Amino acid sequence: MTTIDRLVGAGVDRIDGPAKVRGTAAYAYEQDPGEPIAHLAVVQSTVNRGRITRLDPSRAEAMTGVLAVLTPANAPRLAGDLASDLPVLQSPEVHYQGQVVAAVVAETSEIAKAAVGGVVVEYAAEVPDVVLSADRDDLYAPEKVMAGFDTDSVIGDVDGALAAAAVTVDATYETPAQHNNPIEMHASMARWDGDSLTLWDANQGPHTIVSDLVKGFALEPGQVRVISPYVGGAFGSKAFTHPNQMLAAMAARVVGRTVVFELTRQQMFSLVGHRTPTIQRIRLGADPEGRLTAISHEVVEHTSKISEFAEQTATATRVLYAAANRRTTHRLARLDVPPPTIMRAPGETPGMFALESAMDELAVALGIDPVELRIRNEPAEDPERHVPWSSRHLVECLRTGAERFGWAGRDPRPRMRTEGRWLVGTGVAAATYPTRRRKADCRISVDGRGRYVVEIDGSDIGTGAWTTLSQIAADALGVGLDAVELRIGDSRLPRAGGAGGSTGLASWGSAVVLTARDLRRRLEEQYGGQLPADGLVVDGGVGGESPHAKTHSMHAFGAHFVEVRVDRDTGEVRVPRATSVYDGGTIVNAKTARSQFLGGFSMGISMALHEESQIDARLGHYVNHDLAEYHIATNADIGELDISWLDEPDELANEIGLKGIGEIGITGAAAAVANAYWHATGLRIRDLPITPGKYFRELGLT
Amino acid sequence: MDTEITLRVDGAAHPLTVDTRTTLLDALRERLRNTSPKKGCDHGQCGACTVLLDGRRVNSCLVLAVTVDDAEVTTSNGLAADGQPHRLHRSFVEHDAFQCGYCTPGQVCSAAGMLAEAQAGWPSHVTADLDAEDVDLTDAEIRERMSGNLCRCAAYANIVPAVAAVAAVEGVRR
Amino acid sequence: MREFRYERADDVDGAVALLAADPDGAFLGGGTNLVDLMKLGVATPDLLVDVRQLTSVEVTGLPDGGLRIGAAVPNADLAADRRVRERFPVLAQALLSGASGQLRNRATTGGNLLQRTRCGYFTDVTKPCNKRAPGSGCGALEGVHRNHAILGQTLDGPGACVATHPSDMAVALVALDAVVQVVGPDGERGIPIRELHRLPDDDPSRDTTLRHGELITAVDVPVLGFASRYRKARERASFAFALVSVAAALRVEDGVVADVRLALGGVAHAPWRATAAEAALRGQPATEEAFGAAADAELAAATPLRDNGFKVPLARNLVVRSLLDLVEVAR
Ligand SMILES: Cc1cc2nc3c(=O)[nH]c(=O)nc-3n(C[C@H](O)[C@H](O)[C@H](O)COP(=O)(O)OP(=O)(O)OC[C@H]3O[C@@H](n4cnc5c(N)ncnc54)[C@H](O)[C@@H]3O)c2cc1C
Ligand code: SF4
Ligand code: FES
Ligand code: FES
Repeated sequence: MTTIDRLVGAGVDRIDGPAKVRGTAAYAYEQDPGEPIAHLAVVQSTVNRGRITRLDPSRAEAMTGVLAVLTPANAPRLAGDLASDLPVLQSPEVHYQGQVVAAVVAETSEIAKAAVGGVVVEYAAEVPDVVLSADRDDLYAPEKVMAGFDTDSVIGDVDGALAAAAVTVDATYETPAQHNNPIEMHASMARWDGDSLTLWDANQGPHTIVSDLVKGFALEPGQVRVISPYVGGAFGSKAFTHPNQMLAAMAARVVGRTVVFELTRQQMFSLVGHRTPTIQRIRLGADPEGRLTAISHEVVEHTSKISEFAEQTATATRVLYAAANRRTTHRLARLDVPPPTIMRAPGETPGMFALESAMDELAVALGIDPVELRIRNEPAEDPERHVPWSSRHLVECLRTGAERFGWAGRDPRPRMRTEGRWLVGTGVAAATYPTRRRKADCRISVDGRGRYVVEIDGSDIGTGAWTTLSQIAADALGVGLDAVELRIGDSRLPRAGGAGGSTGLASWGSAVVLTARDLRRRLEEQYGGQLPADGLVVDGGVGGESPHAKTHSMHAFGAHFVEVRVDRDTGEVRVPRATSVYDGGTIVNAKTARSQFLGGFSMGISMALHEESQIDARLGHYVNHDLAEYHIATNADIGELDISWLDEPDELANEIGLKGIGEIGITGAAAAVANAYWHATGLRIRDLPITPGKYFRELGLT
Repeated sequence: MDTEITLRVDGAAHPLTVDTRTTLLDALRERLRNTSPKKGCDHGQCGACTVLLDGRRVNSCLVLAVTVDDAEVTTSNGLAADGQPHRLHRSFVEHDAFQCGYCTPGQVCSAAGMLAEAQAGWPSHVTADLDAEDVDLTDAEIRERMSGNLCRCAAYANIVPAVAAVAAVEGVRR
Repeated sequence: MREFRYERADDVDGAVALLAADPDGAFLGGGTNLVDLMKLGVATPDLLVDVRQLTSVEVTGLPDGGLRIGAAVPNADLAADRRVRERFPVLAQALLSGASGQLRNRATTGGNLLQRTRCGYFTDVTKPCNKRAPGSGCGALEGVHRNHAILGQTLDGPGACVATHPSDMAVALVALDAVVQVVGPDGERGIPIRELHRLPDDDPSRDTTLRHGELITAVDVPVLGFASRYRKARERASFAFALVSVAAALRVEDGVVADVRLALGGVAHAPWRATAAEAALRGQPATEEAFGAAADAELAAATPLRDNGFKVPLARNLVVRSLLDLVEVAR
């Protein structure tokens, strides 16, 4: 690199911070379209499968202030082969409960919501099929699982090795359906000017949304602009287009003015995806010294009837530990549920709960310290691809974490420590998440006075990209932060992939660095290092994966150490303290990175103890569809978090040496909690979340 | 049913016509375009809409606008007197006590209201001695008292020190 | 939300008269439950009579050392009241364990008592629920009911309902033998709080014995004179409804239970006064064994559902622990 690292690494305050704390940063719903806004509210199907037999909007249409009621009978036809649930109001068929069957547009939000009750809908419905089980006879193997991974991987003779192993673990773990639930509900505001559409929208990458709108409304890419400067969290649910963007655009076209659609919290449970439930059987075989001879990880999960979403649940098992004989499989059931989607570390999050719980069970069976067991199974190279690691420091994470947490001298026996009525235990688990990079374009312009404008369609969903990308740009340009103006979150800007798969900063940052280098080279070569009076504009970017991705295995790693307390009278669980150490490559901003890590880890605690979308097997809906009943961790649920990282840039991963840190924190976290829970109580809970009810179940008292 | 009211928000009076069904939150966001308070659930379950109503923190999504036409409403933006950031604003930025920022104005208002409650000697669920004269805002106290504000980015571990720093300055943390 | 008129009466009688004249009208307290339910379409009043500035916001002393709590006293203020904290810690603790700081600031004493169940079928107008839509069935009975009742439910027939009453405050008040003062079209009356909330019997649509138009003006709490406490078990550390809660008060003399009050929350359609346990305890030694036997005596009547059987041992443990803690306090 030709620049000196001045800003990268520093704990720079968020550039968008002052506006966010005061509430003046405008999120999608809060943008000013320049004209009065009409409000949209939706009627949702109350059945899971069937068809609409009667739909009478007349009472709603007659209400004062109602501008239009869109139904499958009158809604504009969408073009193209839109996937999944995007062909909104295009047919009377119903595929999941909560599907939009009509939409009301009105002068105010109060009127729109009230008018929903004025639309009469009747259905011919079939009995819903919504319950996942491992013994369903309709499980099938998808062609591929998410992110292009193979559905199965089979190496060696797993069954033979298990039969011959000195010690084995064979256990089934379950994780429930979960909902992303960013605090900002999905919102889309659409305005048409002739045949050009502007959409202010809550999403993780404007370009992704543009392509679906272009398809659906048969437009040219230049005719759609999606603007999303601030996004109130996403965690995957805002990665792809959902019915809300389609509906807002359709309705705005029908009523001829700006229309906004903000989902209700309840609608967040049916219209924008969820994490599939999983049933995972893990079998481990080891020799008496704890060296794994066989790993088998078989996953059963669900998808919807109208889309195949195959979560890559077992893929972390393909990289984490050495073993000569290995098998991972994914099987799906197509159910009458809304389309599932990605949710923070899709795959790794539920998968690592199972694998890392099983490793703890193996450590217990062997009588080996669980930290040591992991270290003994550290693979020298990627155990399935047989290529070297670009960098891997899991062992250092484990050792450093053990040190910081005070792991040494831990009595391995369960239920040995109490404080008052609390049963106290500690647990450990590893974390891992792939490092990838996507294609990204970038434009940097400089004026004669040395002001740089960096443009790229990245997005900041809370990751800190406004700040970190500015830091990277300033360093790459060799200037101070105040000389750089960053523009992100607008599809008019040079194309880039969305914030997802922890690829954001790796991709956008690389594009910025490469473009900046190009700009500096041209200044040098063409202008003798001087700024031309009328400025210079350079378009550049990065082509996609690192050139080393084919020859190396690239992953972030980490280790979590957790203390858990369980009230012996009530089974209530607390996590008073935890230590996590990460190998995340270059840390661009010490402040925002720490937030990413602790946010991910805290969401893992939330998953371990609280989160569960409860479906009614007969009526077919998610019953606890709000934030009073779908529990996420509150402030009181999160204790002292000791977050740190190794300072180990990954030179092969990308131009900055970073590994992507948005998701690593949640992986393994739930297992660390469950393992500590076992240590505290002697009870092994293999189905999340770990509730007081399950404490009594495991005690045999229910 | 339309009704005339006057909303006093962040020091300015706004005469306006609202539907009796309009909540304070929607009156602020949709009528006055004051989008400092956020909507995260519309049912009192997340705290994103927290404002100060006559100095007390409330969930503005469950308050009907017609019921407050005689009250003073303060949003997080309104805490910035004369455009100067409030101490809580500075402390939140300094401690990186947020990520996406969507729950944040509600957290800030909640913290402001909570500090006043502590100053008045109000106990909380985790206060061991209900009869104690003064409140000491320990980390546990802050966590409990701030639990009406959900943060899905889970900035909790930074919100606590951000509030603690201000509590110390205000004399409610030893 | 249905359209409605909004009125502020000049006095209590005026408010009562307004509502008496309108069968679809409702009183509005803090609105933290009513407005919530109106948004969901569960409550559809055509008139709201705002009573927040009508009933008292004061807590005043009663001659016997008890307290009179104005119906409009916010939950937060009640919990912070020095007299409540000293004389009725069970009440302060119950309030502080409920909802959030923001909600407690707005919620009123009267409204808290009359808040409705959090059953997920009740709050979803597209689902069967005998409480909301009599005769439509009970969605929870065979559905998602982890946090539903284990005692006093109606398990079949058109009155089937297995919902719980969600209030923490009410559980404490039931243990304290509070009296609810109301003014109605037919005049004033005082309702012992144990007679306010009802079990579903054959009509779960009625949560309480209040008649339409009756306004709660105050709640009287008679003097207690011995130690009390509230303990709530829930699925997260804060801002969650009770799985099970216990309001307990205990007076021990010479190692023997001289007086005891026990009420359970989260177990029934009404705050559950544990009379069987109380009877079993009076005159018994104040030991863990006796406490356990008393809890068992109460819970013998439990009829848990498919997924909430854990509430039985949980309630037992909470009763035992709360009483043991009170013995400890008395030492
Ligand atoms: C997210 C959330 C979490 C919560 N958690 C808890 C918890 O953990 N524990 C708990 O106990 N509660 C909890 N609550 C409930 C809260 O305590 C109640 O909503 C509140 O106490 C109701 O009081 P209010 O004054 O706002 O009542 P309102 O909503 O105004 O009224 C409720 C009912 O009472 C009637 N009413 C009001 N005042 C009178 C009166 N004076 N006379 C006659 N009728 C009257 C109304 O007509 C209405 O039917 C929670 C609420 C929410 C939204
Ligand atoms: S338990 Fe009661 S409130 Fe719930 S669905 Fe059944 S009848 Fe309705
Ligand atoms: S929007 Fe008011 S509490 Fe969530
Ligand atoms: S900062 Fe994103 S929800 Fe709190």
